[in-house]
Amino acid sequence: MNTIKPYLRLSGLEPLTIRPETNFINIGERTNVTGSKKFARLIRENKYEEALSVARQQVENGAQVLDVNMDDALLDGVQAMTTFINLLQSEPDIAKIPVMIDSSKFSVIEAGLKCVQGKCIVNSISMKEGVEKFIEQAYICQSFGAAVVVMAFDEQGQADTLERRVNICTQAYDILVNEVGFAPQDIIFDPNIFAIATGIEEHNNYAVDFIEATRIIKQKMPLAKVSGGVSNVSFSFRGNETVREAMHSVFLYHAIKAGMDMGIVNAGQLVVYDEIEPALRILCEDVILNRNNTNNEATEKLIQFAETVKAKGKEIKKDDAWRNTSVQERLKHALVNGITDYIEADSEEARLQYPKPLDVIEGPLMDGMNVVGDLFGSGKMFLPQVVKSARVMKKSVAWLTPFIEEEKKNNPVAQQGGAAKVLLATVKGDVHDIGKNIVGVVLACNGYDILDLGVMVPSDKILDTAIKEDVDIIGLSGLITPSLDEMVHVAREMKRRNMQQPLLIGGATTSRMHTAVRIAPEYDNGIVHVLDASRSVTVAGSLLNKEQKSNFLNNISTEYKKLREDFGNKRSAKPYISFAAAEANGVKIDWEAYIPPTPTFLGTKSFEDYDLNEIRQYIDWAPFFIAWEMGGRFPDLLHDEVIGKEATKLYNDANVLLNKIIAEKWLTPKAVLGFYKAKKIAPDTVIVDDNGEETALQFLRQQVKKTATEPNISLADFIAPAETGLQDYIGAFAVSIHGIEPHIERFQQQYDDYNKIMVQVLADRLAEAFTELLHKKVRTEYWAYISSENLTNEELIKEKYVGIRPAPGYPACPDHTEKYKLFYLLNASEKAGITLTESLAMYPASSVCGWYFSHPQSRYFGIGRIKEDQYEDYKRRKGWDDDEAKRWLRPVLE
Amino acid sequence: MDNLLNTLLEEDRPNFPSGAGDFGKDIYTALQERILIIDGAMGTMIQRYKLTEADYRGERFKDWHTDVKGNNDLLCITQPQIIKAIHKEYLKAGADIIETNTFSSTSIAQADYDMQSLAYELNVAAAKCAREAIEEYNLSTNNDQLSTPKFVAGAIGPTNKTLSLSPDVNNPGYRAVSFDEVSNAYYEQVKGLVDGGVDILLIETIFDTLNAKAAIYAIKKYFRNTKQQQLPIMISGTITDASGRTLSGQTLEAFYVSVMHAKPLSVGLNCALGAKEMRSHIEELSSIAACYTSAYPNAGLPNAMGEYDEQPHETAHFIEDWAKEGFVNIVGGCCGTTPDHIRHIAESVKDIVPRKLPVVAEALL
Repeated sequence: MNTIKPYLRLSGLEPLTIRPETNFINIGERTNVTGSKKFARLIRENKYEEALSVARQQVENGAQVLDVNMDDALLDGVQAMTTFINLLQSEPDIAKIPVMIDSSKFSVIEAGLKCVQGKCIVNSISMKEGVEKFIEQAYICQSFGAAVVVMAFDEQGQADTLERRVNICTQAYDILVNEVGFAPQDIIFDPNIFAIATGIEEHNNYAVDFIEATRIIKQKMPLAKVSGGVSNVSFSFRGNETVREAMHSVFLYHAIKAGMDMGIVNAGQLVVYDEIEPALRILCEDVILNRNNTNNEATEKLIQFAETVKAKGKEIKKDDAWRNTSVQERLKHALVNGITDYIEADSEEARLQYPKPLDVIEGPLMDGMNVVGDLFGSGKMFLPQVVKSARVMKKSVAWLTPFIEEEKKNNPVAQQGGAAKVLLATVKGDVHDIGKNIVGVVLACNGYDILDLGVMVPSDKILDTAIKEDVDIIGLSGLITPSLDEMVHVAREMKRRNMQQPLLIGGATTSRMHTAVRIAPEYDNGIVHVLDASRSVTVAGSLLNKEQKSNFLNNISTEYKKLREDFGNKRSAKPYISFAAAEANGVKIDWEAYIPPTPTFLGTKSFEDYDLNEIRQYIDWAPFFIAWEMGGRFPDLLHDEVIGKEATKLYNDANVLLNKIIAEKWLTPKAVLGFYKAKKIAPDTVIVDDNGEETALQFLRQQVKKTATEPNISLADFIAPAETGLQDYIGAFAVSIHGIEPHIERFQQQYDDYNKIMVQVLADRLAEAFTELLHKKVRTEYWAYISSENLTNEELIKEKYVGIRPAPGYPACPDHTEKYKLFYLLNASEKAGITLTESLAMYPASSVCGWYFSHPQSRYFGIGRIKEDQYEDYKRRKGWDDDEAKRWLRPVLE
Repeated sequence: MDNLLNTLLEEDRPNFPSGAGDFGKDIYTALQERILIIDGAMGTMIQRYKLTEADYRGERFKDWHTDVKGNNDLLCITQPQIIKAIHKEYLKAGADIIETNTFSSTSIAQADYDMQSLAYELNVAAAKCAREAIEEYNLSTNNDQLSTPKFVAGAIGPTNKTLSLSPDVNNPGYRAVSFDEVSNAYYEQVKGLVDGGVDILLIETIFDTLNAKAAIYAIKKYFRNTKQQQLPIMISGTITDASGRTLSGQTLEAFYVSVMHAKPLSVGLNCALGAKEMRSHIEELSSIAACYTSAYPNAGLPNAMGEYDEQPHETAHFIEDWAKEGFVNIVGGCCGTTPDHIRHIAESVKDIVPRKLPVVAEALL
């Protein structure tokens, strides 16, 4: 007949049954704000999603139960426990194991119990506030079906002798089983693990007492379990992980033999008892078992030993088997895995094997890069890996180049590089080149010879070089909207010069539509918009293949023609209203019921060398991954089935570099912000009064026909009109990250595109993060229109704050030239060290500027297109002629 | 801290093992003797009456401000004779346990019709319908309640909100409802069912174990507060698909472990699957459950039109097989099953020995 044994049965999404033969149960301890600084910080900063990754690591490292503790004076424990446990439930790979709800506050325990469907463990209840309270709490745990950890604790305090440990546990057992009706197997005792080797004689026997108490408890109450917080035992050796881990191992070895069933441990950080250095193990045994310890002798010995032990970082064992293969295989392995450690030696070995140094490039190196290309093309490798492969390739080529040059001198005819040449440049007026650099690397990986002219390259230089070097393809890049015009200009020039090369268009502000409508008609020999670096390979391939080229260009041309037609149709379809009507339909704000907040100062305040550690907390990582062509939600993408592994590597690399950047002060954040009296004097004009000096800001207004209740918005709407008599204000800011150049230069010299791009992307992120941080300070401290704000970084990224910070040149105020006024007001060139190019790009490239609006109704929007009447009006207000107006307003003109 | 604690503070804290007492002996005796039959679908039978909006409203709710057609539980108040007639059909077909028509009689589920304030009354009315149906059946068939007892199980559904799942995919930590709200709603339902005179409380169609735990919590709290003897609890979960897991992601064993503390009379499965698909799950449950087991599957899987077309003898055939294997103590039907299905099932298991309760050992080895 079927027999059901009285095992302790727990469950998450999956069951966990603890049988006599079950090995020691590891309870993951890192999701504990009192034990893990990292976890505590994440919870305090409301980064719950990241905090989940701590839980996931515990599971991956073998935790079978997850201890969750939110006991921190600065936290609302009930809320934190509820939020975190609810989130945990949505992660099946974590929620599969049972939860241990850990708190010294019973209200927090109850809150946790209310969120868990599985059978969990409550940690803990005890008789410290009397038997009555103990019984109440036990009843509640029972009605949720939870097992309980009972601390050896009563009204006299924590049990610190063997006798008290056993007596209190026995009394608690009796009450729970006989009075409350608790299943005995659902009772887990924690007979108190205390620190030993503290130098205080009375503490020396604590570990022995725990072990002996365990033995007696298990004999007297065989169904009950014994648990404990293991890391307490080694508390006096904090900072010395080697000794601590050894102590934990030795302690557990003896405690488990005595019957300890489970313990709160850092899963994955336990050393194997047998692998502890014998000398250390013996010292630990003496201390744990309180042997040879008269006058703290054993303790002293362990302390002495500890001083000699350097806390060795755990080395990751490298799999070096590939080193035993042929040099061709080794080169391929190094390329595919991005390993530079042996590349020079291997390149040299290969050079000696082949007749000519160029053969090494065209043979094994290209073979390896073809594998990389195939893997990338089929989605098995990701951009960051490819960039690392390129680094290996470049290092090898750099090693071989002198030999090739030598060979050329001796035999000038034989050596003709056959690779197709691609010229890349960021156009005049623009300083952004991360995307361009990535395209360069990816194309280089696919065997193209890359000629990178850098940033702010005038049209003439691009085209002269292209002719002189006889390049096969020209690629243009740009980030800001005026660069689009510059690209049109380059295309026109190519036609005028009767050039033949196809022109590739790329960069954040470019689009297939813009390319089709505005650039393609200017040049007849092939214009192709390239969405991202991974597409550039196939596009370049098609353009350079004589058989495919005409077909490919014909298809593109048909596609662009269709786009132009669609664009034409769409344009006429969208209804617009007159500018006067749009002005009359501005945002309705009840100014009578509003008192504009007064900033804490007027004029500017600048920030030199702000703490990067603080800025770092505000990084929005999603755009970081987008820059590396890895899309997805952060931090989810770190665990994505497809890209998770590589995304995590990239993220770790980024953080390592970031640590270095901060520690070695590579980059210097600078910023200036200012507040000014402001009033709206016309529907789209705001007068800024800087200590008596007036500047008129001009804004554009949405002109598309809106539904009945929707306004036609202009940023001016958010400033109090002069006639209200209210004293309103506007803010401005400019933020920049300085000092990147020498590092880029250095990485370039080391053929290290990976780190070069990394440092660029990180600088951009830091500029944005600094902007976010300053805006928060503005809201709560400098303008102080929000008394308290408790937004998570995630909420900040989702723009859930009150007030906005639109940037000139972007959708809400697309006219870049207003930046001149902003820079003038802030004296941004001097105070934030930013210069403006003729296209009004900011240098350093990692810079951000914008206006601050505080009105609670202010929000982000896009102007969209404007009509002739607004164009004329704006032109008049700006005092522009037609050419100038067309140049700067092009993005909003039809 | 909530009311439970206040109750617990009271000195008198009787310890009720579920299912003990006069009545409890009845059902325990019956379960030792034979496989008991639980009734079939209520909704399927109500559909046969082709009721109109006006029928649902009856006189009392003729001016109710929302449509109420489809609120089947309301019929216990507005058309009690129909509900009783259906109960009697199932009793005639051989059901030993009939379920009250209260699947959605919580303030949470009734909010769909803005009838949350009627929750208590619905449960009382439904329990009375079932009680009266048994009395009328016993009278008309000369059935001896002592020799062939008929039981009323107060049906406690899952509500229409889940405690372990977020309804918003972009916000996995969000919950549409709290544990306290759900357990309070169940408390009210339990009070209505007990006041109306049910014999058993049946927590059924459990998609989300945390909802079921809220029901268990509410039941324990109710009986402690009222100092009555606790009624036996039946627990019936739902395995939603071939993954063998509940909707909230638990394996069958994890589910059982999570509700064991109810010390239920029985644990089992119902809904979502037909008898054919339910077999391996009920086999597993039968091997791990320390209490009696129950199973009342749907009449197969729905066809392309969403209708159940498994014939009574087919369903009965599958269930007979489980019974012979010794997997079950209580069987019946869920969606799509009819008195005909129940008659066939009752007929086919009547001579089969019920599953024996496993021995619950007191020592580990």
